This record gives sequence, structure tokens and C-alpha cells, in this order.
Amino acid sequence: MSAPLLQVRGLHTAVRTRAGELEILRGVDLAVDRGETLAVVGESGSGKSFTALSITGLLPSDAAITAGQVLLDGRDLAAMPAKERRTIRGAEIGMVYQDPMTSLNPVMRIGVQVAEGLTAHGWSKQAARARVVEVLGEVGLPSPERLVRLYPHQLSGGMRQRVLIACAIAPRPKALIADEPTTALDVTVQQQILDLVARLRDEYGLAVIWITHDLGVVARIADRVAVMYAGRVVELADTGTLFEHPTHPYTDGLLRSLPTPDDPHQAPLPQIGGVPVSLSALPSGCPFAPRCPQRVERCEAAEPDLVDRDGSLAACWVPPERWVTATTSEAAHA
Amino acid sequence: MSVLPVVTDPPAAAAAPPAVGDAGLIRRVWRDRNGAVALVVTGLLIVVALLGVTGLLPHDPIAQAPADRLQGPSGTYWFGTDQFGRDIAARVAVGVWTSLRVAVVSVAIAAFIGSILGISAGFFRGWLDQVVSRFVDILFAFPAILLALAVVSALGNGWQNTAIAIAVVYTPIFARVSRGPTLSVGASEYVKAQRVLGIPPWRILLRHILPNVSAPIVVQITLALSWAILTESSLSFLGLGTQPPTASLGLMVADARDTVATAWWTLTFPALAIIVAVIALNLLGDGLRSALDPRRSGQ
Amino acid sequence: MLSWRWFVARIGGAVITLIGVTVVVFIVLRTIPGNAITASLGIESGTLTPAQKASLEHFYGIDKPWVAQLWTWITGALSGNLGISLTSGKTVSSLLRTALPVTVELAVLAAMIGTAAGLLLGVLAGSRPGKVGDSATQGFALLGLAIPEFVLGTAVVAILAQAFHYFPDTGTFVPLTQSVSGNLSQVLYPALVLAVAFAANVMRTTRSEYVEMAGADYVRTAEGKGLRPFRVRSAHILRNAMIPIVTLTGIQFGYLLGGTVIVEQIFALPGLGRLLFTSISNRDYPVVQACVLVIAVLFVVVNLAVDLLYRVIDPRTRAS
Repeated sequence: MSAPLLQVRGLHTAVRTRAGELEILRGVDLAVDRGETLAVVGESGSGKSFTALSITGLLPSDAAITAGQVLLDGRDLAAMPAKERRTIRGAEIGMVYQDPMTSLNPVMRIGVQVAEGLTAHGWSKQAARARVVEVLGEVGLPSPERLVRLYPHQLSGGMRQRVLIACAIAPRPKALIADEPTTALDVTVQQQILDLVARLRDEYGLAVIWITHDLGVVARIADRVAVMYAGRVVELADTGTLFEHPTHPYTDGLLRSLPTPDDPHQAPLPQIGGVPVSLSALPSGCPFAPRCPQRVERCEAAEPDLVDRDGSLAACWVPPERWVTATTSEAAHA
Repeated sequence: MSVLPVVTDPPAAAAAPPAVGDAGLIRRVWRDRNGAVALVVTGLLIVVALLGVTGLLPHDPIAQAPADRLQGPSGTYWFGTDQFGRDIAARVAVGVWTSLRVAVVSVAIAAFIGSILGISAGFFRGWLDQVVSRFVDILFAFPAILLALAVVSALGNGWQNTAIAIAVVYTPIFARVSRGPTLSVGASEYVKAQRVLGIPPWRILLRHILPNVSAPIVVQITLALSWAILTESSLSFLGLGTQPPTASLGLMVADARDTVATAWWTLTFPALAIIVAVIALNLLGDGLRSALDPRRSGQ
Repeated sequence: MLSWRWFVARIGGAVITLIGVTVVVFIVLRTIPGNAITASLGIESGTLTPAQKASLEHFYGIDKPWVAQLWTWITGALSGNLGISLTSGKTVSSLLRTALPVTVELAVLAAMIGTAAGLLLGVLAGSRPGKVGDSATQGFALLGLAIPEFVLGTAVVAILAQAFHYFPDTGTFVPLTQSVSGNLSQVLYPALVLAVAFAANVMRTTRSEYVEMAGADYVRTAEGKGLRPFRVRSAHILRNAMIPIVTLTGIQFGYLLGGTVIVEQIFALPGLGRLLFTSISNRDYPVVQACVLVIAVLFVVVNLAVDLLYRVIDPRTRAS
């Protein structure tokens, strides 16, 4: 079996602050192959968006990768000079962002916005023009020939998100990173976008990394799921396995807080107790320990690594068979 | 001065804006480095102005001493002397007083009348708003210095008239600055509900409109003070403001035109006084703006 | 592309403003002590007999009620007759014809220099916010706005006189059409003085708009496409920042056209500002009235042009 298309190994990313360097990513490991969708979930501050920025090399100027590798087809992007990275960004890795209403340049015609990503990577003007019309059709937009002359304010939110997806896939990239692209859309449009990305993934053989905090979206689109907490992946599993047998208490807590649509008389949803940990004041052991209902003494002493648990990878000292059955809402926090 | 100073980004009307009268305001300005410098320099200018007006100075600002003409800065004459042997330091102090007095009076008048006009226009809308807005447009069509020039020449010389002229220039600015927030707060669902409930307009004005309008007005006051100092000295420079022998910074610069070639200090010190005052008030305005900005006050 | 309704409403507003300006100036001038007779005859006017006085009042048209005088003036102005200067005896329109080009040239030159310098510095500062260059440029802007024109002008004249034995030419003004170098030697320095504050304003706007636009979501999208940094800056950041920059620069230019009095005075340029200043001191009402109206017209027209330009460069204002 050959190596997956995109691999992230032991990725550390830090931000310079007044109080010194602050590690946002503390050793992230991920992999995604052609034609596959990996969902990265976690609450805000867990480092999921920073993971995307680190992969594409678009970190803010006060942040930098301090250790680890980002391997695309065996080439380490993290070790590349900025100029070379730019030639990969867009051409080999496409990006789709959260807010379609503000992610398109308001004073540039749609056609130009799609085409500039092609000409930047060596496409001729004529080839780019033809490809723009073709790709706008592929993302399901009506009358592309007319559309190229329009400005973003003339399109709806769903149409704009399709344009952004067209921008991302126009140069035929190998991988697509989607950072919460459906959060700002209403539910019906959301479903259409999910279907569209799934279809494009199959047609193009794209390796898709889908960043979200919405487990409902995960269930619908992802083949595998990486759960992030405090700058690390704490659980990595196939979607089905993860939903049925979570092997990390944090994942378990996230799943328990999901509503069940078939049960109208559902008890109040349990919440994960406590507040997300602050990266500037991490506890010495497992960062989830203060909120964890399964906490044992060892959890406060050392941070666990990702280990295999019946086909899932989990970073937890306590295997599920030894979990106490108390609901997470009763978990006291220190 | 080619542009009328207008706060282009008045702090967004918020449900609970930081109170202008609150004692923490100065402390918040103080915490900012530029704000602290501005506060110190402004305080210093006030002290200098008070020295100038009380006459607690080693030299008389008006008495001529022909023997000491155009002396360079020294232990006796800190800033040197002018072509009549008058102490430039003393004259600068009096000049600062002259400028500050005109600036404070003119801005007080402009802020008072302008805010009343702007708030009433924004609150009561209708024909009143039409009239005020049109009036503001008309006054905005005159460059500031021209308008002041015209008014001064109509009224005649004297610091009171200069103050009135500058007040006329700045009234529309205050009207515009206070009208915007009044409109947006007045149109909020909350205030609409209060009106429906029959709360008297004056209570809505006091409770909801004023707290939201006061922040941009306070910021505009400091900025207007700095521009008023510029306008006052410009008018004096043109011979239309303070009349000799009273010292004024603009007049001192005008006089220095004949002497600067041989006596650099005759131009330098009055010019520096104006520049320092304008910069200090500008920085104070910036400091107040960020201290009063509801988006930043939480930090 | 542009709605006619908007255009007509905008022109209507401009005309109302101009009528307002005319009326305000008319009233202000009539409240100043003294009238055309005292202005032209000085203290001799006290020796006039009532009959002489009445005939002079009739000659100047000031025996009629204000409203009638105003009407006469407005209809005259619309047909190009702005009256006769009380002090020089020349027609007001001939005075304006010589003064206006000087001021327009001065203002255009100052605006060009100021815009170029301000844009350049603003982009430099805005593309590296918080760095040394940014602080230095911001310091320059603060200083540029705080130094009064009369101080800068006086200093420049002093330095030119000392270093180059250059003195403002109080004699004849050389038009651009006659000699480019002769004209520029008279206009360049005052234009530079005016350009300092102009540049500082443009720089401040450019910097803050650039910083704001650089953080926009669409810039992130552009970077994600792997565009060259130059393309991201020019086509995305600057292109969007240009909309407010153009608007503010245009309005500033409108004020500059009427704000040249001091510099014209210092550099002895026979422009509109100087004409107005001397007419005010001489109580030469027809000239004052005409100058103010011309300045207001220029301002209103420039503003109208800026509004139009804004609608052209911002596609969002066009109907879809």
C-alpha cells in the first residue's frame, strides 16, 4: 500500500505573543488519501483551523510551524521556501472557506476571480477562459457564460459558495481543504453543497479535509474523523466506528450532546462540563482531564499518546471498557 | 488646513456605551502610551497659558527693549528676543493663552449649538432634519478658512469675534457628528418600543440618545480644539485675528518672516508651540476615541 | 448603468446648496457695516448730499429691497454678468478669469503630488503595520497635519531665500501656456507646501483602508489560490481600498480649491484666494460674492464628480 496523498506528521505550530511563544498545535498527526474525506472536528480553539492554515502555508505573520512535516505526494511542504509553496497552493491544494458572503472580492467579476487562480499557475488566457465556463457548470451554476460577467453581490449565498468551490477546483488540485464551508448557509443549501463536494471528490479523486464543529455534517460526508482537542488529535477513526464506539471520553461527550431526532421525549441533553482549556495554561497531564468524567490519577500526571483501540486511534489512558457509566453532565471539574 | 476634520468612524452605537463622565476614562487614555504623552503635554500647555495670562513671567511680553533686539536663546531669554527686544518665551506663553482661549470658547459654542441642532434633527426628523441638513451642507461647501475669514471680516477684529467665526465653522461638524448616532439609536427597536409605550421624548433623549452621542462629540471636541488653534493662528497670521501688541502665535510667525533669515528663533518657537499643541490635542482625540470605543473597551 | 433618478436628485441637491450659499453670502455681506458707497468713496461719503447719495444708491442698485437685489444678482450671474469691482473698476468676470487658472493649477499640482506621495507612503505603512516604517510614516502624517500652512510656507520661503536667493515673485504671474519652467518656478513651491497636509491625509486614509482590506476574507481566498503577492495586493487589497481613498481624496481636493488663501498670500500668487482676501479687506462686495460663489461651485462640482466616480468604480452601487 502506497503512502496516503496528504500526510501531516507531528505538526507543531506556535504563535508569538507578548508573553512568549504559544503553541497552538502540539503534535498533530493526520492522513488523507485520494477520493477520501477526512473530517476534522473540535470546538473553537482546538486548532482545527490552524491545522488547515499550516498545511496551506497561510499562517498569520506572527505564527510559524516549529516542527513536523506536511507531506504531499512525498514532498515536505513545511520545509519548502515560501515561493515554492505558493506554486502548490491553489494548484495542488484547493481551499474553500467559511463565509461565502465575504470570501469573494466584491469589485471583481466572477469570471476573473476563477480565472486568476489558473493564470497564476501557468494556464494561458484562452485555456483559463474555457476552463472557467466548464468548471462553473460542473459546480452546478446555471448559464456560466453569463455568470462570468457578474459581480458577487448579484449572487445568493449558496451560489457564491459554489463559485468559491469552482475557484478551488478549477486548477484540478489533488487535495481540497474546506474550512466550515457550510456553517453560514441554511440547511437545504448546506445539503446541496455537501452533495456537490462529495460528487466532485469522486469525479476528481480529491483528497478532502473537511473542518467543522458540526457532527451532523461529519456523519453525512466523512469517511474518517479526526477529533481535535487543545492542539492535538485525540481520536482518529472511521466515521461509523467513531459514532458507534467512541474511544475517547471527549468524543463520547460530543456525541452525547447531539439531539436524537426520533425521540420526542428526550431528556435534556447532557453537556460537557467545564470550559475549554486555555492553551496558555495547559495542565501537566491530559489537557481534557479537568473536564473528564473518566479521569483517573494517571491522567493528571502524563499526557497520553494516540494508541490503537480496536481499529480506532485514541489518546486516552482509560480504555472504554473501564469507563464509569455516569453521564458527562455529572462530571465535576477541578 | 484643507479638510474639515470629521470623525469618520464614530464609535458604533451600542446598547451600553462606556460612559463619558466616568472617571475611568482618563485612566484608560492614560494607559495608552500616546494618550499619556498627550495628557502630559496638554496639561503643560495649560500651565504655560496660565503663566502667560497671570503675568507670572520673568519678562514683560509687551514692553520693548531696543537694546536687546534679536538676542539668541540664552539663560536670560530662553527663547531669545524679537525685533523689538521682547522676550519670545513670554510672548509664546501669552500666545498659547490667546490660542487656547479662542479655541475653548469657539469649540464650546460650536459643540453646544451644533449638538443641539444635530440631536434634534436626528431625533425629531421631518422638516427640522431637512432644514438642519441643508444648512450643514451649505456651510460645508465653504472651505473652513474662507468661512472664518468672511465672518471675521464681517464682525471685525478681537478675540471674541475670532471665536465666533471659528464657532460658525465648527457648528455644522458637530451637527453632523451628533445627528448620525441619534438617527441610528432613535431607529432602534428598543427606542421605538419606548415611544410606543408613551415614555416622554425628553426621557428617551436623556437616557438613550445622549449616552450614545456623547462619545463621538467628546472625541470631536478634542479634534476641533486642535483645528481651532490652527485656524486662530492662521487668521492672526493674515492680520485678521488678535491685534498687536497682544502676542499671538500666528502674528509672531508673520513678524518672523522679516527676521528669520538672521534670527531662526523668532520663527521656531512660536511655530513649535502651535505644532506641539495641535499634535497633543490630536493624540488626545485618538486616545479618547479608542478609550470610548465599545468594541475595545471590554479588553 | 447609473440611475437617472439618482443623478437628477443629486444635481437638484447641488443647485439648492449653491442657492443657499449665494443667499447666505448675500445676507452676510449686507450686514457688514458700510456699503458700496462707503467702500468706494471712503470717508468722503459722509460729505454727500442726500440727493447725491440717493443717485449713487440707485447707480449701485442698493436702493432696492434685498430680495430684489438678490434677484438682480442671480439673474445677472446666470447670464455671465457678475458686476463690476468697486475698487479696480474692472469687470468681476475678467478678474476671475485671471485668478481662477492660478488657483486651479496650484490645487491640481498640489493634489497630484500629495496623492502620489500619500498613496505610496500609505501602502508602505499599511502593508507592514506595526513595523518601524509604519510608525515613521504615521509620525510624518501627524506632523504633516499639525504644521500650519503659514508656518511651512514661511519656513520654505526663508530657506529658499537663504539657500537659493529665491524670492516669491511679486511682479507678474507667468501662465503655464507662456513658459512651463517660469510658471513652475512660481507654482511648484507653494504646491509642495499644500501637498504636505494633502499627502498626510491621503496617507492616513490609505493606510487604514489598506490594513482593513488586507484582513478581509476575500484576501484569504486570493492567497489560497496561490496568487503572486503583488497580484493579491494590487487586484484585491488596493482595488478595494481605492474606493474610499478616491472618495476622500476627491472631497479633500474640493476643499483645497478654496483653501489656498494663505499660501497664495505668502508666495504672492494672484489666485482666487488672494483676490478674495484683498476684496474682503477692501469691502469689494461684487468680487467677494463672485469669488465665494465660484469656490462653492467648484466644491459642489468636485463633490458631484466624486460621487459619480464612486458609482463607477464600485460595482455594488450599480443596479443588478
